[in-house]
Amino acid sequence: MGDNISTLNVIFTEFYYWVTVVFMFLIHVGFCMYEVGASRRKNHLHTLMKNTMAIPLVTVTFFFFGWWIYFAFPTGLYWITFVSDALFYDPNKVAAPWSPLMGTRLSGVNAADAAYGITNEATDFNSSAIWHRLNGVFWAAFLLFSITTASIVSGAVIERIRSGAFWFIAVLLGSVLWITDAAWGWSAGGWMVKYLGYHDAYASGVVHAIAGGAALATLIVLGPRIGKFRADGTPRDIPPHNPWLVTIGLFLIYTGFWGFYAACNIPMIAPATIAGQITGETWTTTNIYLSPTSLSAITFNFLMSLSGGMMAGYIFSKGNAFWTYSAGLCGIIAASAGNDLYHPIQAMLIGAIVPFIAYKLHNWVERRFKIDDAVGAVAVHGYGGFMGVVIAGFMLWGQPSSPYEGYAVITPWGQIMGALIMFFLGFIPVYILAKVLNAFGLLRVPRKVELEGLDFSNEQEYNSAVKDVIAAERAMVK
Amino acid sequence: MSTNGMTSWAVDLKDVGAIYPFQGSEVVLVILGLIFWIGWHVWQMRQEAAEIEREENADRQGDEARKAIDRY
Repeated sequence: MGDNISTLNVIFTEFYYWVTVVFMFLIHVGFCMYEVGASRRKNHLHTLMKNTMAIPLVTVTFFFFGWWIYFAFPTGLYWITFVSDALFYDPNKVAAPWSPLMGTRLSGVNAADAAYGITNEATDFNSSAIWHRLNGVFWAAFLLFSITTASIVSGAVIERIRSGAFWFIAVLLGSVLWITDAAWGWSAGGWMVKYLGYHDAYASGVVHAIAGGAALATLIVLGPRIGKFRADGTPRDIPPHNPWLVTIGLFLIYTGFWGFYAACNIPMIAPATIAGQITGETWTTTNIYLSPTSLSAITFNFLMSLSGGMMAGYIFSKGNAFWTYSAGLCGIIAASAGNDLYHPIQAMLIGAIVPFIAYKLHNWVERRFKIDDAVGAVAVHGYGGFMGVVIAGFMLWGQPSSPYEGYAVITPWGQIMGALIMFFLGFIPVYILAKVLNAFGLLRVPRKVELEGLDFSNEQEYNSAVKDVIAAERAMVK
Repeated sequence: MSTNGMTSWAVDLKDVGAIYPFQGSEVVLVILGLIFWIGWHVWQMRQEAAEIEREENADRQGDEARKAIDRY
């Protein structure tokens, strides 16, 4: 592993990402609590399991092909390239599921490794020590982003989607679509970064806008819950059965978001590692593009954008707990594209303004197009993330998108194009998949099942079991 | 043109300090931030006053209030 400082750096980085993964798991605890709280009692178990099973399904598919896509698609779609640049890494070495680097290992090289072309030479970009020691934690950090992206859709579609349909959408979004946009716009060698100057440090577009686009596409095909709209077309409020569970869930999502932010950074890197582009000897934290930032920067801005969102949300929703918490989340998402570089007060103001617009858009879209987004996911993630990417284009105009030579600078038009790519990369493929599932009758549960509740037979079994046990115990009392 | 003065990261980081955009506008930002904060309190107090008035008018006979007391 080279000299002692490099060794310490690798081990520190391994531990750093491992901690972010644990933190990010809290996002999914939060999503589950939030969705169960938002659903009615007759749909609890179905709602819980729909979200929960996205975790293992996205995990295994991300192992089989998701991680490979990240390294194979930065210049296009691997077999069809959009630009003539070389890939930074060989995806077959780093991320093919049969590569020895995708297994339990140490830093050395044995016969199996050598046969696969793996070395541990520091000069070999694909086989240097970081991949020997860090591949698993890098994979897991990206995986948690994948599961988050899929879970965002889950809340919007509760109480009427078939679980099987959602899980297909989750795999498509989590293990194919989002990781494709990450390869394009969230990697040091991505074509959007190089040619559009796309900058999205904490994933306003890369995770949130694409998830919002996918959620909207699903909702259009799926239709609203029975009873959501009156005969005259005005929407009814379907209140959460447990607002406390909803808000605690959102609090847990905030907590997990800390891990999400930290995982978007590379914690410690020597200038020489960045292809000699940054001069001098000052080590630094970088964002995903290898441009310098710091944990302090993102800590300032995370908290200020959260606070701006919560304060604005409390006012515009007149103290509504659900929208106050959601506005806090939307505030972070809106500032995330540039939170590596914004001033904290800039982050706060962006975090306050965007949720207000997203909230108004949510209500307008609901009334105008009869879209029943049960948890406001399209607004918070889709509109919030989209606007966040665009705003970064104006705020960071002219700044370098990368430390590498020959990359476009950040511009409003590059960011607008990037935001559109993100949103529609989620919207179009998921719309097609939802249409296909719907054509086969696999998207939505039958009307009778929706009315009686998706847990109806489970409830009956539960009640029968309870009666049985009670009767048996009562008979034992002398 | 660059909103934070950086046009390239091919520099020695020991020479780099603040990297946020629109440096020099800190005082304006603080004033905007203070207006947001104070404005929030003013707006919130108005909303709360209106809400309290609604609450008071919601149960003029006190029947619902007595039920709420019984519910604990």
